[in-house]
Amino acid sequence: MEPTTEQLMWMYETMLLVREYEETMARVYLEGKLPPAIQKGLAFDIGSGPVPGEMHLAAGQEPVAVGVCAHLRKDDTVVGTHRPHHFAIAKGVPLESMTAEIFGKATGLSRGKGGHMHLFDPAHNFSCSGIVGASLPPACGAALAAKMTGKDSVAVAFFGEGAANQGSFHESLNLAALWKLPVIFVCEDNKWGISVDKDHSTAIRSNADRAAAYGIHGIAVAKNDALDVFAAAGEAVARARKGGGPTLIEVKTDRYMGHFQGDAEAYRPKEEVEQLRKNDPIPGLGDRLRTRGLLDEARDTAIRDKVRERVRQAFDFARQSPYPEPREALEQVFA
Amino acid sequence: MTTARKLTMAQAIVEAIRQEMERDTKVFVMGEDIGRYGGIFGATGGLLDRFGPERIMDTPISETAFIGAATGAAAAGLRPIVELMFVDFFGVCMDQIYNHLAKNTYMSGGNVHLPVVLMTAIGAGYGDAAQHSQCLYSLFAHVPGLKIVVPSNAYDAKGLMTQAIRDDNPVMFFFHKGIMGLPWMAYFEGSTNEVPEEAYTIPFGQARIAREGTDVTIVSLSQMVQKALVAADELEKEGIRAEVVDLRTLVPLDVDTVVRSVAKTGRLLIADEDYLAFGMSGEIAAVVAERLDRFALKCPVQRLGVPGVPIPYSRPLEQAVIPQVSHIVDRCRGMLRTGLAKAA
Repeated sequence: MEPTTEQLMWMYETMLLVREYEETMARVYLEGKLPPAIQKGLAFDIGSGPVPGEMHLAAGQEPVAVGVCAHLRKDDTVVGTHRPHHFAIAKGVPLESMTAEIFGKATGLSRGKGGHMHLFDPAHNFSCSGIVGASLPPACGAALAAKMTGKDSVAVAFFGEGAANQGSFHESLNLAALWKLPVIFVCEDNKWGISVDKDHSTAIRSNADRAAAYGIHGIAVAKNDALDVFAAAGEAVARARKGGGPTLIEVKTDRYMGHFQGDAEAYRPKEEVEQLRKNDPIPGLGDRLRTRGLLDEARDTAIRDKVRERVRQAFDFARQSPYPEPREALEQVFA
Repeated sequence: MTTARKLTMAQAIVEAIRQEMERDTKVFVMGEDIGRYGGIFGATGGLLDRFGPERIMDTPISETAFIGAATGAAAAGLRPIVELMFVDFFGVCMDQIYNHLAKNTYMSGGNVHLPVVLMTAIGAGYGDAAQHSQCLYSLFAHVPGLKIVVPSNAYDAKGLMTQAIRDDNPVMFFFHKGIMGLPWMAYFEGSTNEVPEEAYTIPFGQARIAREGTDVTIVSLSQMVQKALVAADELEKEGIRAEVVDLRTLVPLDVDTVVRSVAKTGRLLIADEDYLAFGMSGEIAAVVAERLDRFALKCPVQRLGVPGVPIPYSRPLEQAVIPQVSHIVDRCRGMLRTGLAKAA
């Protein structure tokens, strides 16, 4: 399946937007977390600064999000992971309220109750979870709802290669296959489950092979390339919309940053990331757009300026927003 | 000769595990990121280099499999120590814990012994939100068949971990992130203390009087003990002498030490970081209430805990629901006022 010009340009711009977002977040996250502003003797304080808690960034993994979400409509559902920003951005979650949520502000998606790993945007049918393997069952549920109500919307569950060893992965694949649910399971294989690499966690090389165990289609995308992901996802989404049931896709992708920000990454060779960055999928796509005559320097600069401005505005909005009142902590436990 | 040096709680836990692994070849460790990484919270740092991958095993993210495997390996004569990174993650494997690990000894009429240590991180205070900030020890204490250890400092952590490994029963060992002495998270420095090099045990079910006082008893555990000690310092400036009881273990529970202290002070504040409802704080209040024929309280029992809400992400919300030093101080002040009003 060939992307349209519009889809190509959207994928390129969205990848740039995600990258700018993640790099900005990496900088802002460090504010207030380093000596001498913190407890004496600490090298870093995870709880300080404008953005507290763990921070899992997706720089390098943009092709997975855009290659899949290019096929989705607003009424399609996406369930993401603990590393969710690229999925959220590609699904159309507004940058301002998402960033405000990550700052814990009252203007955030959930008025500061959820935070970076728990982004909920029902208007765009997006959610995510901090628990490994938690995305697959609710995606099955969204697909079941579409099927039961006679809609042709689909659901996508994103998860990491580490999650493919969870019971929820296997149970969901069987359920979706059995009930022929319009769901696409997309595994981001970035090789690392925190410090444990795939060779030490997974008995087989490709999780796509596991589709065979449930009688569904499995597609292995060998390159961290938006167009390859686009092709695989196009086939899967079309099948799901036509009532053809689920598909399992595994994409080999790359994690440029630590598992979380502040992760010293003693477990992986320093050269590994340098090597991975040589195959950065964003300039790679840019080159192909140039070859097709869709991009020149002026256009590229304009796109980059635009995404930089969007990210700047989102972070400004988050910073300037007020915190919720402490009493709000007790609200919304029940509907 | 006894040699003691200051250790962080993480270092003390590592030392206990290392010494027991040297003493008993049946002891081994498995869990997520416990090998090369040394445990996300440093509880297994350096053990891979010392013992190798046969006894220090990184696992797939397959908790039902590896925690269930610990039960099976223990039944077969080994002594597994298993780490599951955050207590919040136990949901995916609860069946193996509460229907098997906790029950098999009993269901086998005492014929199956399961010397398993399950250790995990607990606690909030650094903005990690609802799925990475809970305590939940009360949930596990509720289920018969699990011993529940919740240390507040390095000395206790080493002795209690050694005891846990030597115990022939399932033991859950909960370490609060905010007292581990990690270089990347603020912590209460009172938790880093003198720890003897030699192996030693602290028997389960023996609470510790962390600070003596006469006016009010603060019953607590884990990081909240450190908060209570800071609060007691502040209260002393106002002439209020608080006694701080560190439970150390919830199962078994040292009822006698709690009751003795409350009988002495006549006032009880239970300070807890777990959910307030149906948990540790209610249990302590109940065991005291059951003995009120022996002594009288000067004011009603007070409890601090997380009100019935998940832990919110946003800092001002999180700080509002997690009991802080100032909350302990305020409650104690209020209790003393109530007592005075009645006396007058």
